Amino acid sequence: MAHYDFNMPVSEAQVRALQVNDTVTLNGTLFGIRDATYIHMFDRGRKTHFDMHGHAVIHTAPNVKWTGETEANPAGYAPVCVGTTTSARMERFTRPLMEQYGVRITIGKGGLFAASQAAFSELGGVYLAIIGGAAALETTWIEQIEDVDLDDLNPESLWKFRVKDFGPLLVAMDSHGGNLYTEVNKAARDKRAGVLASLGVKT
Amino acid sequence: MKIDLQKIEDASKEIYIRALKLLPPDIKQGFARLDKTETDATGKAVLGTMIRNIKVAEDTNNLLCQDTGIPIYNVVIGRGVEFDGFALKQAIVRGCARATKEHPFRSSVVHPVTRQNAQTSCGRSIPVINVEFSDTPETLSIEMIPKGSGSENNSWLKMAIPADGIDAIKTFVIDCVLEAGGKTCPPTIVGVGVGGTADLCVHLSKVAATRPLGSSCDDPEGAKLEVELSAVVNQLGVGAQGLGGDSTAFAVHVETAATHITLNPVAVNMQCHSARRARATFTPAGVSYGY
Repeated sequence: MAHYDFNMPVSEAQVRALQVNDTVTLNGTLFGIRDATYIHMFDRGRKTHFDMHGHAVIHTAPNVKWTGETEANPAGYAPVCVGTTTSARMERFTRPLMEQYGVRITIGKGGLFAASQAAFSELGGVYLAIIGGAAALETTWIEQIEDVDLDDLNPESLWKFRVKDFGPLLVAMDSHGGNLYTEVNKAARDKRAGVLASLGVKT
Repeated sequence: MKIDLQKIEDASKEIYIRALKLLPPDIKQGFARLDKTETDATGKAVLGTMIRNIKVAEDTNNLLCQDTGIPIYNVVIGRGVEFDGFALKQAIVRGCARATKEHPFRSSVVHPVTRQNAQTSCGRSIPVINVEFSDTPETLSIEMIPKGSGSENNSWLKMAIPADGIDAIKTFVIDCVLEAGGKTCPPTIVGVGVGGTADLCVHLSKVAATRPLGSSCDDPEGAKLEVELSAVVNQLGVGAQGLGGDSTAFAVHVETAATHITLNPVAVNMQCHSARRARATFTPAGVSYGY
């Protein structure tokens, strides 16, 4: 188990060096994306002008406050509370996001599945677990909302955050087939019969 | 006691904001209990971050979680309380929208077909407003629950048959916990509805999931079932955030209703670790806030 500090963006080699149970802290740019953003980008043909090559995305739709464009809030939005949503719904978008935009890191909670795992292995990517529901803490790692695109989808816009000491985050899926969620799930299912027996369930 | 609708509106705004920021004491105690018994290093670290987040939210006067949820208001009307019921519901809706606009925070509510967000946390039949009656004199209580979607997306109903008996109910609950994995933001409160009609059964599972920790079902059979299930659920090892360990659930709660001779329904609804609630209580002395 090693710890890595990443200044974004990162190279394929940096991402492939990561293994499950390592930890990572990010600095610099982080993009916020989720359901509607993905649907519009990959099912409805919309494009973003952001260069996301080598970057990380986090599954989020933040609470923001409109301030008008200022030096502190160049996109006109101040972050109020930035947290993380469940990644499972975003499963089928991992590959196109990596193939078309060169994204290397997906941050979320609850994990992704086989299609994402295959994309991480083939294209060089990882999934970093953040603690869901710990948004007040996560917000203290956000320095600024630098820019926003597809803002008609607000709050599910494509957000460009600048982050400082964002983490530590746990490598939960790596590019070598490692997947913490699968391991935990398999172990839990192996305990099912014993738990049901202790409840007196006849099987 | 006559209720001033402006005060209802103001309180409906206030309790939405309070619910988003202040975790009830029973949930904090639930965290302390799990933290004490957690044996897995990752689980311990995850719980530590969650506990730290509760403190950061209080210190920075911020929301605990980004998910402002589907707003639910549970109104309990005591004896001798006078008001215009239709206007009371409208006042709650106005308070809910004002909380969203005036704090401000994220409106998480969209039309189910167009997916348009009115940016008010309100829409058709939302906020959910449940109305019940009690025999407490001159008291009106409004409980606010911002129900997060990570846990709400993991909701299940099974119309089991009488021949499957209680075993079907127990098996279903365990299988739902396994299926949910980390998607529900565990540790959760696993809410189980047993009996009733299909819709009542699902409603009961929500009531169970959002009940305070330490409370128990007032049907002795339901209470027995929740003790049994609570004792074993953490043996599964799903753990906090689904990353392993002993902290899969704070508790399993059960609510029951009588059912038809042909039915054996069971529903599961979960509440995430950000198990938020706030309450405003109106009496002749005025309004007071709590959980």
